Amino acid sequence: MENKIVLELSNVDMRFGGVLALDNVSFQVHEGSLTGIIGPNGAGKTTVYNIISGVYSPTSGGVRFYGRDITALRAYQINRLGIARTFQNLRLFARSSALENVMTAAQNRCREERPAEGYFYGFVESALHLGRWGSVERKLRQTAMGLLDRVGLADRAEQAAGTLPYGMQRRLEIARALALGPKLLMLDEPAAGMNPEEVFALNDLITGIHKDFNLTTLVIEHHMDLIMRICPHIICLNFGAKIAEGTKDDIQNDPEVLAAYLGGDDAEDGEAV
Amino acid sequence: MKKSLFINAGIIALSLGLAFYPLGGYQEGIVILLCINCVAAMGVSILTGFTGIFTLGHAAYMALGAYTTAILTVRYGVHWLPALLAGGLIAILVAWLIGVPTLRLTGDYYAIASIGLGEAIRLILENWQSFTRGARGFPGIDPYTTRGLAVAMFAVLTILMFNLLDSRLGRELRASRDDDVAASLLGFNTPHSRMKALLISAFYCGIAGGLLGGYMSFIQPSMFDMMKSTELTAVVVFGGLGSMTGTLLGSAAITLIMEYFRDISQYRMLIYGLLLVVIMVFRPEGLLGNREIWDFLPHRSGTHSFGKGRRS
Repeated sequence: MENKIVLELSNVDMRFGGVLALDNVSFQVHEGSLTGIIGPNGAGKTTVYNIISGVYSPTSGGVRFYGRDITALRAYQINRLGIARTFQNLRLFARSSALENVMTAAQNRCREERPAEGYFYGFVESALHLGRWGSVERKLRQTAMGLLDRVGLADRAEQAAGTLPYGMQRRLEIARALALGPKLLMLDEPAAGMNPEEVFALNDLITGIHKDFNLTTLVIEHHMDLIMRICPHIICLNFGAKIAEGTKDDIQNDPEVLAAYLGGDDAEDGEAV
Repeated sequence: MKKSLFINAGIIALSLGLAFYPLGGYQEGIVILLCINCVAAMGVSILTGFTGIFTLGHAAYMALGAYTTAILTVRYGVHWLPALLAGGLIAILVAWLIGVPTLRLTGDYYAIASIGLGEAIRLILENWQSFTRGARGFPGIDPYTTRGLAVAMFAVLTILMFNLLDSRLGRELRASRDDDVAASLLGFNTPHSRMKALLISAFYCGIAGGLLGGYMSFIQPSMFDMMKSTELTAVVVFGGLGSMTGTLLGSAAITLIMEYFRDISQYRMLIYGLLLVVIMVFRPEGLLGNREIWDFLPHRSGTHSFGKGRRS
């Protein structure tokens, strides 16, 4: 049903000194899909994100985005191609207001590597507050307010991001990532630290965003249930290697996945881990 | 949008007051010095307060501005206005040369390099006798820095500064200050962001140096030593990192106190040091913390300045 390949990792290795954090990982993400990446703690999920988004460059292997090799690009360049992400341990601008956080992203809203028309003005316009400054600032504010409203934070717009409750900070990060107008959204443990009620609301938020913006989305979680509920396609990592990929049913019945999560019978597997 | 107009109007009103309030010759001198120091302090503030890069060598950019302007006007008969701008541009050029290798990474690389820069520039000025007249100083500069010019420059540069901070550039600088990784994953080329801040910063200090030369009619390398550099940074910390009005207040307070105690000049540094200690004990975040002065007014519905959030 899905067509174009948005993201393709091929044979990615990532080595930190003596530790092999990713071992020959390959997968593809199709346009419009909602893909989950699961795996126990330390499986290498966040490392995958850091490689895609350019925080690290892989020891070997390649990453392609819409067919273009982005392995060697720097983080800001990759971002400008249209990849936005959130962070497992929040990276909001804590002293800035929620609105400012989202506006900061919105001003870099992308259209093929450059800030999109209507979201940009130049240095002289900045210094003199003339020209496009007024209209663009208004538009940035509108866009940001719209997104804050979408994630249910409109009434907290003026509050410093660092003083928001934890669950709201997670949603603020999602709004900030969306403000970039990405083609690929990568959420890193969006449910971490949330209570069951909040997780339930997050379900709806993620599936809603995926549908409304028709946005290719990747979600990392180690809470199996969230992923199982929302992601039609799932990739499972363990000890840096991809051990399974497929639909919810494939994953749930995969012996290696069960072993990774429940602890397999070592003698039977012949693996001493 | 409306706030931007209020701020600009406020700066213009303040400047008109400074320019036209009847004052004696001595007090006029203080106003000129006040304007010059504020311009230099704003330069350091955008770099240290708003971009998070410490500097201990910004007197070097003042020296470059002062000597460029002086040499151009005295030796080559250039009009003071283009000479002044040339001073700012030379400061930018040198800042760029220093910035390329040091701003790639976050951390204190620039701070360390800036100490070297400050000393190197001072030593070059002292030893390049044929061009700068060395440690004897450079006399005979046309006293073009009148109260009108100093205040006009202060007004223009202050308006530009506040406008820049309330624009996409301001958000970019604050983002790379607060979290370099997050900023680069929002599409900011953060080494470039830091470079922009440094170049603006150097320009302001270059202009301030040029104005200082035109006010004193005489400059010498020892006016731009390590002492001056640390004073510039101290003023910004004193006013509050991330507060431009705090920088202006801090700079004004320090300038006035230093002038007031000129009679007991041996003890001035004592008072200066005491003042810094008192502020750091009672207001460790600086005079205004990271807020602007109007953020302390009873709150309207608007945001805090430059995107700072409310704390509850």
